[in-house]
Amino acid sequence: MLNFSDLLPYTDMFLGGLLTTLELTVLTTVLGILVGTTCAAIRQYGSVGSKRAVAAYVELIRNTPFIVQLFFIFFGLPSIGLMLTPWQASIIALTINLGAYSTEIIRAGLSNIPKGQWEAAKVLGLNFRQTLIRVIFTPAFEKIYPALTSQCIIVMLGSAVLSQISVEDLTYAANLVQSRNFRAFESYVVTALMYLGLAMFMRYVFTLIGKRVFAFREAQ
Amino acid sequence: MIEFSNWDILRNLLIATQWTVLLSIAAFAGGTAVALVLTAMRLTRNVAMMRIVKVYVELFQGTPLLMQMFLCFFGLSMVGYEISAWGAAILSLTLFTSAFLVEIWRGCIDTLPKGQWEASRVLGLNFLQTLRHVILPQATKVAFAPTVGFSVQVVKGTALASVIGFVELTKAGTMLNNATFEPFKVFAFVALIYFALCYPLSLCSKYLEKKYHVAR
Repeated sequence: MLNFSDLLPYTDMFLGGLLTTLELTVLTTVLGILVGTTCAAIRQYGSVGSKRAVAAYVELIRNTPFIVQLFFIFFGLPSIGLMLTPWQASIIALTINLGAYSTEIIRAGLSNIPKGQWEAAKVLGLNFRQTLIRVIFTPAFEKIYPALTSQCIIVMLGSAVLSQISVEDLTYAANLVQSRNFRAFESYVVTALMYLGLAMFMRYVFTLIGKRVFAFREAQ
Repeated sequence: MIEFSNWDILRNLLIATQWTVLLSIAAFAGGTAVALVLTAMRLTRNVAMMRIVKVYVELFQGTPLLMQMFLCFFGLSMVGYEISAWGAAILSLTLFTSAFLVEIWRGCIDTLPKGQWEASRVLGLNFLQTLRHVILPQATKVAFAPTVGFSVQVVKGTALASVIGFVELTKAGTMLNNATFEPFKVFAFVALIYFALCYPLSLCSKYLEKKYHVAR
């Protein structure tokens, strides 16, 4: 009854979708972590007002579904004059989403760094930038790296929703294929497995990057 | 054309919210039940059982919830099992919830020192007695906060049921948007209602975390 060979003519479609998903993931992972790092630094070291603003952003995003955020950005914002293509809306929505979650995660790492580290770095004659990157952020990131990895994978999986605003990602390809050959089960099983492979691949890449970035530990 | 006042929009959204709440509760209950079985399987320390749980978790944590929903809804009916959108939503959310809960609980049980199992053994308690009198009372305390925290993910997960046509809060939002052409207002309302559902749960989880963290 199951017939996977019917999917073969659509290989290009699946691969194209996979590539789009991968592209979006790479781009928004970088952007999202940048937003998260900035917001976490504000949340930890900023003024009272800016801390509150970041907290509000984080809570608002963490307590609403991604699909609603996406619809709000894609359908809602044009009505106040901000027209966005599906691609732009996707990148904004994914970045905002990952930004909020990674803020919470990175902040947890930062709050674990003892105050004495700042003082010690000052005594050793490191300037502000050196202290921030080498003494504060690197060890903080090392602590929370596994949690951050998982969150990036969760956001990648969440990107399946983007097919709803007609971004031609992997899920979009699956929907298109099953509407053409009526092999819904096969199409979705294959797509689910592709997502699983992508998730495993991401974990692998993150581990590789982590080994390089945090290599100083092993050198000791 | 019918005019929709703000109150009309909000009222219709609130009616749909009932389904979101109901779906969340059903999925959370189902997920808890399945996760309990899986946790029990893991605790038997049987290699085959543990491997099954591991594959299960990997499978449902590593694939998008949306894909699981499509598989349950379109996929199952294609291979001969007729299933409603409501049934497919509950089924897929149950699978998703249980895969995450079993991992959360694993962490909670593993934080207990191994010596407790050994000590219980020495005291002559059997497996079930150890579980009931030694492990579970401690593990449940630790597990409470993250479990409540995860319930937020379940509520948010129900929003995806809109994609397979189940009329809950998000679907009602898109339908009202199509009727009113006021996406900004409608989706802001929708987001606020989700926030009103989820934020108390988040706060509750934070409170529990503090409470039990201090107690330990």
